[in-house]
Amino acid sequence: MSRWTERTELGWKRQAAGLGLSLTGGLLLMALVFLAFGVNPFSAFARIFGGSLGSPYGLGQTLGKAVPLLLIGLGLSLPFRGRFWNIGAEGQLLSGAIVTTALALGPLAGWPPFLAWPVLFLSAAAGGMLFGWIPVMLLNRFKVNEVISTLMLNYLAYEVTQYLVLGPMRGATQSGFPYSDNIVPELVLGRIPGTAAHWMTLLLAIGLVPLVGILGGKSKTGYEIRVLGENPDAARYAGIDHNHVRLVMMGISGALAGLAGAGEILGVHYHLASPVSITSNYGFTAIIAAWLGRLHPAGIVAASLFLGALLVGGDAIKIGLQLPAATVSVFQGILLLALLAGDFFTRYRYNRGEASA
Amino acid sequence: MTDIVQGLLDRSIQAAVPLALATLGEVITEKSGVLNLGIEGTMAASAAAGFAAAFATGVPELGLIAGLGTGAFFSLLHALLSVPLKANQTVSGLALTMAGVGLASLWGQPFIGKPLGADPSLFAIPLLSNLPLIGVLFSGTIFYWLTWAAFAAAFILHKSRLGLVLEACGETPKAAEAAGISVGAVRILATTIGGALTGAAGAFLAVDYGGSWNEGLVGGRGWIAVALTIFALWRPGRALWSAWLFGFIFTAQFTLQPFGISPNFLAALPYAFTLAVLIVEGLRRGTQGSKAPGSLGMPFTSGER
Repeated sequence: MSRWTERTELGWKRQAAGLGLSLTGGLLLMALVFLAFGVNPFSAFARIFGGSLGSPYGLGQTLGKAVPLLLIGLGLSLPFRGRFWNIGAEGQLLSGAIVTTALALGPLAGWPPFLAWPVLFLSAAAGGMLFGWIPVMLLNRFKVNEVISTLMLNYLAYEVTQYLVLGPMRGATQSGFPYSDNIVPELVLGRIPGTAAHWMTLLLAIGLVPLVGILGGKSKTGYEIRVLGENPDAARYAGIDHNHVRLVMMGISGALAGLAGAGEILGVHYHLASPVSITSNYGFTAIIAAWLGRLHPAGIVAASLFLGALLVGGDAIKIGLQLPAATVSVFQGILLLALLAGDFFTRYRYNRGEASA
Repeated sequence: MTDIVQGLLDRSIQAAVPLALATLGEVITEKSGVLNLGIEGTMAASAAAGFAAAFATGVPELGLIAGLGTGAFFSLLHALLSVPLKANQTVSGLALTMAGVGLASLWGQPFIGKPLGADPSLFAIPLLSNLPLIGVLFSGTIFYWLTWAAFAAAFILHKSRLGLVLEACGETPKAAEAAGISVGAVRILATTIGGALTGAAGAFLAVDYGGSWNEGLVGGRGWIAVALTIFALWRPGRALWSAWLFGFIFTAQFTLQPFGISPNFLAALPYAFTLAVLIVEGLRRGTQGSKAPGSLGMPFTSGER
């Protein structure tokens, strides 16, 4: 009855065209939003992309913001393929950040950096992994919907972080600001000159791109994740243990968010601070990076750079046009909506004349 | 002592209003088979729009109209993506939340720190509203009475043919279509009506409950409403008392503040309780299947076999 029928084959050309169409549509919609708020869309876009991509400084900042997005986005691609909606990367990042700060200020403060860094990154990954396992356990034991549990765990992690920086971890040297003390300068990660990117975390993220590609692709785990996502019942008949697969994909997803948390502490902030400033919303933005990158590692690299540019551009319009920081969040939401609408026109074919039965 | 209890009760009933409206909205939406995770963003945008309308006109009641309209508009977007365009409903809802929360900040920016100045008028039922303890149930603003009206309508709907139509679309859309029902139209309509109620919840927060706008105003209430829908087993009656329970928890936050408990611990209470009630619901259900509508979140293609 329907005039729209689903295409059986999707070539990369059609997918690229669909993506282009969606991005254009998203930009047009955002232009309308700018108009509605009395801002000239041309000057707004010029500031956004000029501020981020138009100068070496902007490019360096963009790279810095792309690193956590890439790490978290890569991690999210696995549970998203398995249709486990991890909206909790914010909390997983924070648990990595808390573990890193606690260790760097305490037992590891006097260690030689090249010994301390691996321990810090591994501990942060473990912290993120453990936090990422809570929603899997809640789903397995109590059938708690993971969208809700991961979100609620975010809120709990925000409050714990806030409690720590106002109470037990409040720094004696921060003249009353709600920060922990700064980590020792030896443990601060070096930056690529002229950028905001700390090279160790960047290399880590780049190194993980092929690893996640192999794991989520042709490996046995990748196959199990895909089957679970596409048809959970079939997965059960094939002898795939749902809970086990979820523990694997959420363990990795949480661990990568934890690594991003370590990077933010060791390379950007040097201390624990209010949760919103530590996460910078990366846990949510990375959801778009994963989706925009079509859950493919190479795509997520490109999407992270694009979204990093958008975040840097957001800072530019905040200062230049006195628009709130949330303008970027509107832009991100609209892009995602446009992407979803565009998917339909990529996936379905319109039949002229006779309606197909 | 009675003063404390009375005060707690008064405030709990008020704090429950946005949760009750949004949860009922989500129950109606999900009954039709559409999962709307855009509640948090819809509430935020409607709160900002409602406040802007009330502030500009000086008439708080117009804030309700603006909230209803904004809520309907936002969820119509979700309905169009979910129903005819068959988009992934989880992702669409998240996108809507991001856009909604962001738009709310843009919209609300000029109003930060500005009190509304005018309160919505109070309507009280004579005699009943003077009763001790439960008298608060019979007195409230137009937002409060809208909640009762919406629940009354939902109860009637629940028992009527319309309720059956709604349920059929969410449970067995193929059978519904065979019976001559336009599944797509029902789903779009239910999602839009549910969104309008969510919008009223948002406007209540800014115009009635707080009387001012700030960025964190909604504070996860939209997500809690999504959780309460599950906890309420998709039934309006349970939705109402679940909302009261959480209204009490939100109020307890402030009542317990003078006792030296960490404010961060108190702020975490509603979120921890949300996890707790879902765990309780999971335990209660045991090995039984979910009470969720059978086709929840699944797109329906007309005429497919």
